[in-house]
Amino acid sequence: MQSEQSLPKPGRLHMLWSIFWAFFKISPLTFGGGYVMIPLLEREFVERKKWVKTEEIADIFAVSESVPGSIAVNSGTFIGFRLAGIPGAIAAMAGAVMPTFLILLIFSALLLGNQDNPIVQQALMGIRPTIVALIAYAGYKIGRTAVIDKTTLVMVALTVAVMLVVHMHPIITILSGGVLGIILGSLKKRIQAKDNRGDLKC
Amino acid sequence: MLIELFLVFFKIGLVSFGGGYAMLPLIDREVTSKAWVQPEQLLDIIAVAGMSPGPIATNSAVMIGYNVAGVLGAIAAILGMVLPSLIIILIVAMFFFQIQEHPVVKSAFYGLRPVITGLILYASILFATRNGIIGGEGGFEPMYLAISVVALIIFFFTRIHPVFVLVASGLTGVILF
Repeated sequence: MQSEQSLPKPGRLHMLWSIFWAFFKISPLTFGGGYVMIPLLEREFVERKKWVKTEEIADIFAVSESVPGSIAVNSGTFIGFRLAGIPGAIAAMAGAVMPTFLILLIFSALLLGNQDNPIVQQALMGIRPTIVALIAYAGYKIGRTAVIDKTTLVMVALTVAVMLVVHMHPIITILSGGVLGIILGSLKKRIQAKDNRGDLKC
Repeated sequence: MLIELFLVFFKIGLVSFGGGYAMLPLIDREVTSKAWVQPEQLLDIIAVAGMSPGPIATNSAVMIGYNVAGVLGAIAAILGMVLPSLIIILIVAMFFFQIQEHPVVKSAFYGLRPVITGLILYASILFATRNGIIGGEGGFEPMYLAISVVALIIFFFTRIHPVFVLVASGLTGVILF
């Protein structure tokens, strides 16, 4: 991780450029979110460029999932950091974000300019129900990894109910989820400790 | 205005765990309360964001920023969205790379994941009621519900890429309506 930082200046700039360019090229291929990008990233950086070892990449994906932001951009930033420190992280993130940013600028201008066009209106009438279905399906997919017992199932239902009925602020909802998880975790540990002590007595 | 855009999306970027879909209710709350985007307009933005490459939350941020203050607004929004990730990743990478193995982090995620699932499901209900798919404030249009159901069936039972489904539903809209 540190070895690249001692490279002479031209080598270092060249490294930053190739990090930036690698992510710039791969980023426009990530339709539909980061999970699509995982096998792509693996092929590019483990097999072809050999920037990351196979056993490291799983860790990078795991930790990228646990920090806020998209998993694709996050794992890119991690890889960039491992290759060339903080400048490497920035180069990777800039490379991953810039192409989609430019594409979205064009789409924004197009949507804004053509919103009243009847054909655009008709297309949107067909697309809106589909995007709602896609959101519901995304919820189902994440739910498959989130719902691992009765407690988590109740928490999903509770979240939907609290949002629908009380209109709780989403940030508060997210934070209370994390806090509740920590509380439940320590409760479980205490119960387990008690059980163990009980077993010893018997 | 640019600073406000940056700050709002910085706040959203800071809590955007578990992929962008869970951020849709938060984006909705922040953006419609400031009247940056009309509630009916937001789903169109999300639709275009979902049809474009890249993460849906970041894409929506760019479009909302552009709507509010042009290219500079888009830049402010995306910087706000990605800076928290960059800062947190640098801290994690420098000091505790194995953070996801820590018991407290593990239990936090045990609670975070179901909440994120709930938020995404809530987002789908919110936009469904607002857009005439299942009744509610947007009324009820059986044809919209039919399109939603067909799309869901395609997502569940085929491996067709969502972008194609979205494009096809746009064409369907032009033919049907």
